[in-house]
Amino acid sequence: MNLLEFSFLSGVLTATAPVLLAALGGLICQVAGVFNIALEGQLLWGAFTAVVVSDLTGSAWAGVLGAVAATVLFSGLLSAASVAWRADPIVVAVGVTLLALGLTAFLMRQIFGSGGTYTSPDLAGLPTLAELGLDVPVLGPLVPLAAVLVAATAWRLGRTRSGLRVRGVGQHREAAEAAGLRAGAYRHGVVLVAGALCGLAGAQLALGNVTLFSECMSAGRGWIAVVAVMLSGVLPGRLLPACLLFGVAEAVGFRLQGAGLPQQAADAAPYVITLVALVLAAVAARRRAPEKGST
Amino acid sequence: MELAAELVGVTKRFGPVLANDGVDLAVARGEVHAVVGENGAGKSTLMSVLYGLHRPDSGHVLRAGQRIRLRSPADAIRHGLGMVHQRFRLFPDLTVAENVVIGAEPVTAGRLDRAAAHRAVTDLSDRYGLRADPSARVGTLPVGVRQRVEILRALHRRAEVLILDEPTAVLTPGEADRLFEVLRTVAATGVAILLVTHKLTEVLAASDRVTVLRQGRVTGRFTTAGTDADELVHAMIGRSLTPPAPRRLARPDGAPALGVQDLTVRDGDDVPRLTAVSFAVRPGEIVGIAGVAGSGQRELIDAVTGLRPPGESGRILLDGLPVRQGRDPRVAYVPEDRHGRATAPELSLAEDLLMGAQHRLARGRFGLPSAAVRARARDLSERFAISAASVDIPISALSGGNAQKAVLARELTRESRVIVVEEPSQGVDVGVRERVHALLIEARDRGTAVLLQSSELAELRELADRILVLFEGRLVAEFTPDATEARLGQAMTGVLP
Repeated sequence: MNLLEFSFLSGVLTATAPVLLAALGGLICQVAGVFNIALEGQLLWGAFTAVVVSDLTGSAWAGVLGAVAATVLFSGLLSAASVAWRADPIVVAVGVTLLALGLTAFLMRQIFGSGGTYTSPDLAGLPTLAELGLDVPVLGPLVPLAAVLVAATAWRLGRTRSGLRVRGVGQHREAAEAAGLRAGAYRHGVVLVAGALCGLAGAQLALGNVTLFSECMSAGRGWIAVVAVMLSGVLPGRLLPACLLFGVAEAVGFRLQGAGLPQQAADAAPYVITLVALVLAAVAARRRAPEKGST
Repeated sequence: MELAAELVGVTKRFGPVLANDGVDLAVARGEVHAVVGENGAGKSTLMSVLYGLHRPDSGHVLRAGQRIRLRSPADAIRHGLGMVHQRFRLFPDLTVAENVVIGAEPVTAGRLDRAAAHRAVTDLSDRYGLRADPSARVGTLPVGVRQRVEILRALHRRAEVLILDEPTAVLTPGEADRLFEVLRTVAATGVAILLVTHKLTEVLAASDRVTVLRQGRVTGRFTTAGTDADELVHAMIGRSLTPPAPRRLARPDGAPALGVQDLTVRDGDDVPRLTAVSFAVRPGEIVGIAGVAGSGQRELIDAVTGLRPPGESGRILLDGLPVRQGRDPRVAYVPEDRHGRATAPELSLAEDLLMGAQHRLARGRFGLPSAAVRARARDLSERFAISAASVDIPISALSGGNAQKAVLARELTRESRVIVVEEPSQGVDVGVRERVHALLIEARDRGTAVLLQSSELAELRELADRILVLFEGRLVAEFTPDATEARLGQAMTGVLP
């Protein structure tokens, strides 16, 4: 295998990881019956806090942990609004996402003294696996972790007690309560876990894919994750194709930019390709399983 | 007699409504204790208090003599209470075993022990005769089996007090008998059973003691062996039922008002729901439709009322002319789904009563004098004994019985040649039921053709002049009203007499 092909492959996987982690967060919320479409905001907040902590401490790992902790806290707002106060999920998502956009832009000016894009020699990016002594060039450690987490989530949801309860709470809240389960607690729990996953996703985006923060850098990946969740049939394994597709499209766009494609077109390409492909997949799936209705 | 649970002086208000007023109720270990009363008598509220779903305004709960605090069903389950809800609280996409063990799951080495869960279900099934396949998905099961899953769950949680809220509402007569056998077996192990119902035949057949509620208060306590239906009815409604007038046979005459010819209906998956159904209803007779749920009643009634096209074959004729699509005005219709199909929930009582009769009150093109609309509504309320605070309250605020009377008032005053009635006394109490029956007989005697669908065989036998049985979408038998419930039941389940 020549280096070019391998670097393309690792580019695909690296671009896939943040979307996959965020989608996994969205998926567990969906399983528990919380319609979480605020992933974009959670992801952006994760990216920002990862950069802030890494910049302050000089440690990328501290940045990762900081992003996880900060995004769990931030998600407390989401869980209070959507679970405790039962606010409309779309209103909550728009609110949380706009808040993340505005707050990161504001805090960026407060902390780093300027808007736009921030990077600095003090800002520590995540090492690659090669730097960690493994014989895999280029890939960062959170990329294989994302794949492991998908498998672990599938196992947890399908095979354990807490997984059964989360599924039960998602299917029928009243039934869960009648069975003596504290449905609200499980729902708060999954929103916070989704926060942790989006923290990881943000850290991978800002310290793994690149080593910088720029305003609005999540750039719709959270929305792609939402679409991936909706098309996955709420099965963790099925998140992979949709997220990989996005990864491929982004890596291809990046290549084409190198080959002279205008930057704007290269930036837009992954979203256009992913959405078109996902919509086609959804239409095909609906054709296969025609809607059942009696009247 | 060892008391398993006691409710002491329970009072519960919902806004201005006093649902329970100082109710005392004690249930002993090993007994089946029936709790009866009309709709709105406070039975469900009382059971919800006992299961931790509602907190009483005053009063408290004793369990095995100890005062307990119930803030949620989780507390109730911890104290050995179990409940089978009227609307099942089950997870449709989980298996039977998962539904049974959820909340008290067997766990081995950090993972759910499916084998142990299956064993738990099989053991309980065998012990109490509650057949259910542990690996079946609950959403695919018939209602009778779903109910067993709810009972199994309570038994798995080692419930010592088992509450069943109107458990037979969804069962066929045969299934109900089997349920009572199971309850006997469970009670024999020392479990106290609270059976909430408004069907007196069940009370007399299945219980040891009875507590009667009326308007939130206890109006009678009996041992079942020492009481009878008359005494229970008196306690329930505060008067005796007028004995039914000797049955006057219908005198149908003339050509059929409603003719159904060779009707075949297929659903979206091309599965036949009705196959070559033909019958006629003449003016002045009541024809009953019997069948277990899902035998094609829905499709038949939708076709007859013009709500669905007759399908690829078959004709529906009203006085010899084809039925018009989309609710034919020549057919009056009293649907089962009272706050869905039968009424328009945003309308006031007066407006809902007007639907279909607006042209009678209209003055010119745009004039619909509201004074006349309301006067008409007040007049109908009086004639049909609808008790509502005012004709301006939303129809959705009426109780089940009053909503039913309102729908009947609206439909019977259409003076249609044909009236189609679904489950006319489902969820209404004995007093309303009596009234509804009288109205239907009256309409029949005026020469209306009545098509009556009911899952209650007693009702069909009381009202119908002929009973047609649907089984898997085919008309398989016709009976006179003196046919026994056993024979009807056999025809309904495909075991032809």
